[in-house]
Parts: sequence; structure tokens; C-alpha cells
Amino acid sequence: MSARHLISIDDVDRAGIERILDRAESFAEVSGREIKKVPALRGRTIVNLFYEASTRTSSSFELAAKRLSADVVSVRSVGSSVDKGESLKDTIQTLSAYDPAAIVIRSPHVGAARLVAGWCDAAVINAGDGKHEHPTQALLDVYTLRRALGSLDGVSIWIVGDVLHSRVARSNILAFKRMGAEVTVTGPPTLIPRGIEALGCAVQPTIERLGEADVVYVLRMQHERMRESFIPSLREYAACYQISTTRLAPRQLLMHPGPVNRGIELSADAIDSPQALIGEQVKAGVAVRMAVLYELLAGTPALAAVA
Amino acid sequence: MIARLYRRPCEPAELLIRGVHVLDPRADLDEARDLLIRGGVVAELGAPGSLPAPADGEVLDGSGRHAFPGLVDPHVHLRTPGQEYKETLETGTAAAAAGGFCALIAMPNTAPVVDQASVLTSLCDSAGREARVPVGFLASITRGLGGEELTEMAELRDCGALGFTDDGRAVASAGMLRKALQYQRLCGGVIALHEEDPALSANGVMHEGAVSARLGLTGIPSISESTMVARDSAIARYEDARVHFQHLSCVESVTALAAAKQAGARVSGEACPHHLTLTDDVVRTLDSRFKMNPPLRSEDDRRALVEALRSGVIDCVATDHAPHARHEKEVPFEQAPMGTTGLETAFAALYTELVLSGELELGVLIERMTAGMALYDLATPRIAPGEPANICVVDLGARWEVGAGGYASRSENCCFHARKLHGRVILTLADGAVAFRARMLAGVGAVA
Repeated sequence: MSARHLISIDDVDRAGIERILDRAESFAEVSGREIKKVPALRGRTIVNLFYEASTRTSSSFELAAKRLSADVVSVRSVGSSVDKGESLKDTIQTLSAYDPAAIVIRSPHVGAARLVAGWCDAAVINAGDGKHEHPTQALLDVYTLRRALGSLDGVSIWIVGDVLHSRVARSNILAFKRMGAEVTVTGPPTLIPRGIEALGCAVQPTIERLGEADVVYVLRMQHERMRESFIPSLREYAACYQISTTRLAPRQLLMHPGPVNRGIELSADAIDSPQALIGEQVKAGVAVRMAVLYELLAGTPALAAVA
Repeated sequence: MIARLYRRPCEPAELLIRGVHVLDPRADLDEARDLLIRGGVVAELGAPGSLPAPADGEVLDGSGRHAFPGLVDPHVHLRTPGQEYKETLETGTAAAAAGGFCALIAMPNTAPVVDQASVLTSLCDSAGREARVPVGFLASITRGLGGEELTEMAELRDCGALGFTDDGRAVASAGMLRKALQYQRLCGGVIALHEEDPALSANGVMHEGAVSARLGLTGIPSISESTMVARDSAIARYEDARVHFQHLSCVESVTALAAAKQAGARVSGEACPHHLTLTDDVVRTLDSRFKMNPPLRSEDDRRALVEALRSGVIDCVATDHAPHARHEKEVPFEQAPMGTTGLETAFAALYTELVLSGELELGVLIERMTAGMALYDLATPRIAPGEPANICVVDLGARWEVGAGGYASRSENCCFHARKLHGRVILTLADGAVAFRARMLAGVGAVA
């Protein structure tokens, strides 16, 4: 893995994560100014290539690039030549003609970002590749928790829900572990991938011991990725795994990567409770993505190969 | 009696190979010999330096090289008819010859499928014009590989089909398979099975385990194969039918096959070089060359396959040579078609990874790489006077990088690409004729 790209959380060690988060803190300060812009990437071109629906990731990457004064081109699969059957490789070769400094890619397919890195000279940032990884989500979640708790060392984090279909779960398990947290995953046994403990997390079949958690990280039920019947019904899912204020202790922090299925994985009262960091996560998105772009394109490389 | 292997017309070899180390495990032969081939037939095996050069032939220096019975491969995809951009009879058999193979059996999952006499007859005719090494063909069990209606198996047998398979997919319906096995009493021929329960493997793209969990790729559990091996062994035993299990990949399948053999079922099995040498760990690279079906599995599975090959529970090696064009494989892992090429690397990969590592004896490897034709009632290559020359000569000391000099296959999706392997095939004789000769192999005294 090259330090030029951010494709997996495995591309960045603990010191690298901390450097990115420290820089994100200073960029958060920029976002509080009246003129929310610094000239760090003036004259550089950044392509956002989104093959999947996205609101917060695509808009926060776009905003992050603009606040760094880069020129941004956003390409979505709908209405582009991708719609006409152009292969990923041909699309990348076409976009390479614009000499982009970075390509931010989201794809429904595992490994798409890594392939792109092999096909062009740009720095590649993985904004989600299938069920594989979503490293900037993990970084902004670590950033949010670090702000709330100071440190993740020894913190018990439970990830609840549809782990099978979740790229967020994979990146977050790796990132939370790297920052010193203990991670437990739980969810319907049909939605917990066989072999997940190899990532260094514990597996629980029920939320019976949820009280042990300091942080409860709830995943989105991804109906859009489910082609078969993994659970009997959303009603039964909610009965067994929905996180509500009655199932949370007041000291526990609540997170969710969004978008939330209100009333399925989270109850409405939990979403709006003061212990929920969901709004903080969204706010962190721009600053953390500014820091990632800056690290790859302007700063000294903090993304060290550890894999 | 109809021919069952087809090849273009070739000049019979006239050749003396001096001082080559002949290893034919079935003949208990393992020593240096002068090997004389006249009119495409093994004429004499003499002490090194004892045989005179033939008056009208060539003399090659075999010292430091090994001669094995020609390798055979009961499982290849030659993509003809219909997908000639991946492979043709010419390029596929050239790849086979370059890998030391002297006979092949091609699978029927072409476009159109080999499911009727007209397609098979035309294919046999083409092979009779283009193939560099003899090729035999399997026809499909069900029409269009649809799993619902039997093909005209008796007529297909009469037109040359060695047997039947729906390879590429399983015969999911036990009732359908049972009918095919009953019908085998009329038409003969082996029924070869790709074992995979689609209800268990649905949408899977790699082995289900820690690596698939890490990558977020949908897994193909090993039980999707082994439960079908067990099911179909039971049906084969009930019908006293002959069944061959293709490309077995996991420990549970080995256990099921051993139990079926123990119980007296007429079953056999094959394993592929990639399953015998690689594990799902390499899939971490997300290189689509490592995507095949069945998938690369765990180290425990790999070891069980090697042990089964050694003990004979698995009868033979088959490559499942499955060429795909570059543009088809240069896509994200989940979108790439399944399959790796294997003919050019099979021997070197197994020699390097199993023999040099001490996991398998060379003699056992040669035995298993030459056993596949017998499963289809065809002759096994032998190095003995009076036998047609089916021989491969190998320089075991040569180390080479896979793909560095290109491929003879039309496709380059080889899972051993860029690996450095030991053992290079330098000469292949197939049914009496030279099918492949490395450029480095110079004659030492061509007479006449």
C-alpha cells in the first residue's frame, strides 16, 4: 500500500491518524470563520467520482476541497458516460486527461479504489467501496469520539446491527482498535459475517450485555444491499436490536453513520437524546476530509504503510 | 468404434534423446536412459550412450533433464465455439503443449453449449484440423446447462462425447441428476460434476472465512460443495453409476469422497493446481486473477487436498484452465468472471510448491498428473517400447518467471502470474508427434 492514497484504514498507523485528526481540529476552526477558506490547494484539481447515492459523503468532500481552494469536478454515474456502459478503467483514463491531483471515488464494488490507484497518477481516496471500507467515515468517527472522550484507549465500543453489509463496520473496527479501544460487534447472527473476529473484535449474539459499552455505534439496516431474507422482519429486528433510550444508560454515547432508518435501528427518542453524537459526526465530516486531502496533497505524508 | 480424441494431422517423430532421466512411476522406471522414438512410437529404451543415432532423425541431449509420461488434463475450457476471443482450439492446445500435456478433455459450457450432436460434430472436426494435442469433449448433461432437460446423451456418445458435465454450474436438482445417472446405463460415459449448492453459494465471490469477512466480499462456504458431493455420492451409489467430482476444493469434500469410496460407490475426484498451492490469503490483494470457482480456500483445506492427492482419495490433477480476456478481468473483483488459466504452469507450480517443499514426492505427482484419461476409459501415457510417444521432457533446474515471456494461451489471467517457478517443460510429444519444443532445446547432431 502506498502512502499516496487513502484506500483502507490499514494505510494509516496510529500516529498518522492522530496527525490527521490534529490537523482536522485546526480546519474546524477555519469552518468557524466568516470566510471559510484557506488557499492550501489553490490550482489543484480534485475529481469526485460517485457511483452510488450519497448525500453527506459527497457534499462534505466537495465542501472540503472547496474550502482548501481546490477546483472540484463532481461526476455521478447517473447521466454520465458510466450510464452508457463505459468501464471504470476507461472512465479513469478519461478523467486522467484533466490531470487531477486527487480522485475521490465511491463504488458499489469492493476494491474499486485500489484499482483506480493503479490506473492513474492521482492520489486516490476511497469514499466507500462496496462492503469493504469507508476510511474517512472511520476517521471522522474517531475524531468525534476523541473530542467527546479525550482518548479512545480502553474505551469499550459496541457496534450494533447489520455488520455483514457494512463497510463502515469494517473500517471502524480497524480504526477503533488502532486507537486503543475494545470493540464488540452484535447483531442478527445472519448479519454477522463468519470470521469477523479475525479483525480483532469480540462477537455477541444479543444486546444483553450492552451495558458494558461506553459507546454504542449503531449501523444502518441496509435494505438496499439485501437480496435475500436475512431477518424475518424489520419489526423483529427492532424488537431484538433497536437502540432506544430505555436500552441505553445515560453515560453511554450513541453514534450512527447515517442516514438513519428512524424507528428501525434507532428509536426517535434515542436519535434526539443528548447522548447522541450523530450531529457531531456530520459536522466532523468536512474538517476531517479537509485534513485528509491536505495530508495527501500538501502536507508531509503521515499515511504510513503498516500493512 | 469412433475416435474419441481429435488432433490435426502431424508428422510422426523420429528422435533419439540421449541420457535423459526417465521417470515413469507405473513402469517403476526412474533412471537415465537413451530414449529412441521411431515413427512416433517408443522404439527402445537403452543404457545411456548405448543407442545409435537414427539414420533419418534428430538427436537431442537429455542429460540433466527428465522425461515423464505426457501429462493429461481432464478439465479444460477451450472456449470454442463462441468465445474465441478468450481461447481457440489452436491457442488452448498450444498452451497445453507448452505445459507438457499430451491430451485434454474440454468442457461443454461454450456458446452455444455442446448439448447437441451438430455442435459436437463440428467441434470434433475443428479439433481434427486445429488442435496441437489430442482433445476429447464432454457434452452437457442438460440442455443449455439449464438443469431441466436431459440432452440426447446416447446420440452425443455416438458422436464422440467422452461423458457429460454441466461444469460451471451444478445439477441442482437431485431428481434431474438421478435421471442422468440412470440414463448412463444406456449411453455409457462418465458423468462429471461441478458441485455447488446454489442456495448456499448464492452471490459468493470468494471462500467464506476471515478474509471474506475482512474484505466485505460475499463468501462461498465450503459446505456448498461438500454437501453436494455427499448427496451425489449417495445417488451414484444407489444407481451404481460412475461419477467424477470436478475441482474439489475443501476438506469436507475430501471427507465425503473418501467415505463414498469406502462405501463402494464408483466415484473419483480431481483437484486443481491452484487449490493445491494457494489459499484465500492471496485474495487480500483483490487481484481478479485469484477469483475462480470453486474459490481458493483455507490452508487446512489446501493441506487436506494435498494429502488426499497423495493417498489417492483424489485420483488426479486437473487444471480447470479457464481463460478470460484482459478487459473482462480488469474490473473490480466482484464483477470479474471466475477462472484462471493453468495449462502452462500446472507442472511447475506443483513441482515448486509441493515437491520442492517436501509435501509430495515427484513420482506421485507425475502419477496423478497422468491419471486423468483413465477415468474416461482412455489410455494412460506410458514410456515403454511399443507405446505411442506421449512424453514431456522437463528441465527441473530451470527457474522462470510466469508470464515474463508471454503466454501461449490467448489469455493471461493466470493466478501464478509473475511468480518464479522451478521446472520448465522443454519438449512435449503428443501421440507420436512433437507438439512443443522450447527454443533453447538445440539438437546435438541432427543426422540427414
